[in-house]
This record gives sequence, C-alpha cells and structure tokens, in this order.
Amino acid sequence: MSDRDLVVLGVGMHPWGKWGRDFTEYGMVAARAALKDAGIEWKDVEYVAGADTIRNGYPGFIAGSTFAQKLGWTGASISSNYAACASGAHSLQAARASILAGFCDVAMVIGADTTPKGFFAPVGGERKTDPDWLRFHLLGATNPVYFAMFARRRMDLYGATSEDFAQVKVKNSRHGLSNPYARFRKENAIEDVLNSPIVSDPLRLLDICATSDGAAAMIVTSRAFAEKKLGSLKGVPRIRAVSTVTPTYPQTILELPDFATDSTAVVAPPARGFKESLCWAAYEEAGMSPSDMNMAEVYDLSTALELDWYEHLGLCAPGEAEGLLRSGATTIGGRVPVNPSGGLSCFGEAIPAQAIAQVCELTWQLRGQAQGRQVEGAKAGITANQGLFGNGSSVIVSV
Amino acid sequence: MSVSAAGGVTRVPAVEGWFTLGDEPHLIGCRCAACGTYVFPPRSGACPNPNCDSEDLVPTPLSRVGTVWSYTENQYAPPPPYRAAEPFEPYALAAVQLDEEGIIVLGQVPKGIMAADLKVGMPMQLETDVLYREVVDGVDTEFMVYVWAPAGPTAAKSIGGRS
Ligand SMILES: [Zn+2]
Repeated sequence: MSDRDLVVLGVGMHPWGKWGRDFTEYGMVAARAALKDAGIEWKDVEYVAGADTIRNGYPGFIAGSTFAQKLGWTGASISSNYAACASGAHSLQAARASILAGFCDVAMVIGADTTPKGFFAPVGGERKTDPDWLRFHLLGATNPVYFAMFARRRMDLYGATSEDFAQVKVKNSRHGLSNPYARFRKENAIEDVLNSPIVSDPLRLLDICATSDGAAAMIVTSRAFAEKKLGSLKGVPRIRAVSTVTPTYPQTILELPDFATDSTAVVAPPARGFKESLCWAAYEEAGMSPSDMNMAEVYDLSTALELDWYEHLGLCAPGEAEGLLRSGATTIGGRVPVNPSGGLSCFGEAIPAQAIAQVCELTWQLRGQAQGRQVEGAKAGITANQGLFGNGSSVIVSV
Repeated sequence: MSVSAAGGVTRVPAVEGWFTLGDEPHLIGCRCAACGTYVFPPRSGACPNPNCDSEDLVPTPLSRVGTVWSYTENQYAPPPPYRAAEPFEPYALAAVQLDEEGIIVLGQVPKGIMAADLKVGMPMQLETDVLYREVVDGVDTEFMVYVWAPAGPTAAKSIGGRS
C-alpha cells in the first residue's frame, strides 16, 4: 500500500427520494451511518469536508460547518466546497490533502441535498453577464439540451440507436432493483423507454436522470490511524487516486453551460479531451490502467452519456461503446460492470452527495457487501463524474 | 442598437453586443490582438489562451456560415428566464462549427425547422429571429436573438416570412 493511499474506514447514505425536507436531516442520517460503519465516534473526527448545496440558503453554502454544528461542535477543522456535480469529490480531495499533509488523521466527507421539481433552472434574479442565466434566457438551453447533443452525435457519427440508449436504462434499472438506497427500483423494458415522451430529441424522459434528495458520507483516514485501529488493512478499500483536473485550452467539446467552445485557431486541441483527461489523470496517479478496473460508477446524466464514459474511461475505443454494451460486458456478470448501483438512472441526481455516493458504492462492492448487485471478486473500481463550468472528478478505489 | 421594422415595431437584440441585426447579421466575437485566437461570447480582459498574456481583445465579426456539430429539439417549454410562447411550440437548437475561427457556437434554429431537418455536418448560416415581444415604455418591441438556419438549397425555407 502506498503512503499516499487513504483508507475508507466507513461509508453511509440516506436513501435517495423526493420529500423536500431539510437537507441536513438526510445528511445527519448519512453521517451517523458512516461513523457507525467506521466504528468511531463523532468526537474522533478531526476534519469535516462538506460538499455545498446552492439551493438551500446559507447553511448549504457552508456545509462543512453546518454538519459540524449539527453533530455538535467539537473544535474540528472544516472546509466547504462547491464544484457543481463534482462537489463531493472535491471535498474528498480537500480531506485527502489535509490527511496527506499530516494536518489530521480522520476526516468526514459529507454532502446532502434537497432539490426542486422539474428542470434545473438558474438561481433567481436577472443576470445578463452570467452565462448560466443567459443560456436559459436566450436559448432555452436546459441541461437535457446539452445531453441530447452528445446523444445525437453518437447517432449521426456512430450509428447509435434509440434502442441502444434504452438498453442502458434497462441494464441500470436491473442493477438498482435491490439497492436499498436507490430511489427508482422498477425494472424497465426497452418499450418503457421508447414509449416515454421525448424531452430533448433524441432523449426521452426515461433516458434522462431525475433530480433527487439524498445524502452520502464517508470516513477516510490516514494509513497509520487505520492500521492502529484495524491491525491489518487486508481487504480494506483504499482511495488510490482522486482526479479533479480542469479542461486544457482549447476545450473543443461544447459543455454545459457554455455558448461556445474555445477556439482552435492558434492552439491545437489537447491530445485528450476534458472527460478523458479526468479519467486518465486518475489512472496515472494510481499507476493503474483501464484493464485493471473490475467496475465503474459513471455519471449517467443521460443513457447516452453513459456510453460516452465507456470511451472516456478507455473501456473501449471511440465509437465502440454500443458494441460493448450489447456484448453484456458492462452488465453485472460481465467483464467490467458499469453502474452496478443502478447509477443516476436509479438514483436521480442529488448534486453534492452524488460523487460521494459513487465512492460509497465502490466501497461496498470491494467489501463484498453489495447485496443483490455484487460484482463478484471485484478488486478495483473507478468513478467518473462531470458538472458545469469545468468541474469533474474521477476516483479509483481498490483493495 | 435598434432597428425599426414595419408596423411600428422596434427590434432590439435580446443581449447587447453579441450579434448584429439587419439583412446579413453576424455574430460578434473577440479576437486577441496578440495571439489571434477567437472567443465568443465577446468579452473584455484577459485572452483565454493560457500561452498569451494579452488583454487586448478586439470585437470582430464571426463567419456567418458553418456546419452542424450537433443539434436537438426542445419538446417542453424551458423554465424561466426563457420566455416561452403559450401554447409552447417545440423548436430546435444547433451547435455550429465555424472553420476559420475554430469554434462551435450554440444557437436556436428558426421556428418551424425541426431536428428531423438537420444532420451533423450540414451547412448552416446565421440569421436572426424574434425571441419574445413586449411593450417597453409604450414601444412595441421585438427582442431578437441570433439563430442558425440551414444554408444552401434549404435556406429559402428558413428565412421565408421573416424578411
Ligand atoms: Zn491572446
């Protein structure tokens, strides 16, 4: 085990759903579950890295202190992070930096959210210089508009079909069936997806992930602390890499919430696009390769985006994701199951909790505790996640 | 900038300084005076190229023609601050690649041209269309937005009825 690895001592989640309650209620359930799973007391936690929610007032912007106070002030150090959908992984990175710098041994990473119904809309007020406000005002460019453009490119360039996209939903709906934390636990057939209404062509309602309430937390520690507590670290999941790199100029893919890409007029595009670079930075840090991965939890904001991730992760070459899906390789029982948790398809997105939830799932899988969805013999897995404004993450966990 | 249209309606851009109105509208981007890279939407201050420390971004017209990078069609009314017509009419959007500038720009497609009419790689041309209409200080005003319309043989369909 590398000195730069962190030990995942405990994980916990509140089930995903849609209740509209105070987000801290959900967070407290996840926090208590993670502490119990780790076998430590709240008072043992020296650092709390909170992932922020921007739709829940001041407490949401200072998630680290919100949860530290809710659990009872102990003098623990805190940080609060907002990085759109990657907020949870950026919080993990903050905790990791603190532990690896030797400032603390035991950290809690936590994120919770309550979400409004319907499309994500920009924060209120008239802001004619805010691209996120303007994309709605001038174009009506909702998040599904961007997801749909990636889907359409797969169709026009690679011959993907609506049935391929629907098959991703069918697979994930089966994976999540017995996951006690998933919000949607209903098996979907191809026809269910194809009969659901088109939202942003070619994507249908069941191709697009919902927005959810939910919470996830984890306790990560230094190797020294975990060895002292557990004796042996054999079979204990550890964080091998956390990648939170930003795009490299010129960013040539039209990403949320941009009106335009960067220009390639005077600087050639980088060898790897943003999403590939997120994944490859993680592989390089861990000293591992795609073939070392036994599973992946990816950000399936839409069914078609899951297929894009197969390629960004290097599970197959560009244009081959539909073939990989059809081969069954990404289904539980296949070579590299993708979204064994059921993914966003079964959860819906609870922004600050989601990237943490991905790591929770890998942890349960690596411990052999993923009842009803177990990837047998899994030794390593990777997460991939992307949000607005050049935020994204990829985390590798292994035993 | 405003243009008076027939019937006493005044046309103004829905956002200032991003595009021109008139018969041959074009987007306004910026070009760096030092390294020559482009940026859209137009902005002031630092050049986006990390290899360049210039702060001299000069507003410049962008190519009116490009090719479709991707496209979609909204079947549901987007939430505010989009001002959706009632009843809502589905409309398409296209991201169009401009060769000379090396950028892709997202825009609406004129009403009535749908996703089924589009294809990756198809030539497109910049036009303008009414985003919403409102009486402002007693003046009947059309707020205009740039749109990408199919160029070439199908172009007539796109600009018909909006001259
Ligand atoms: Zn420059």
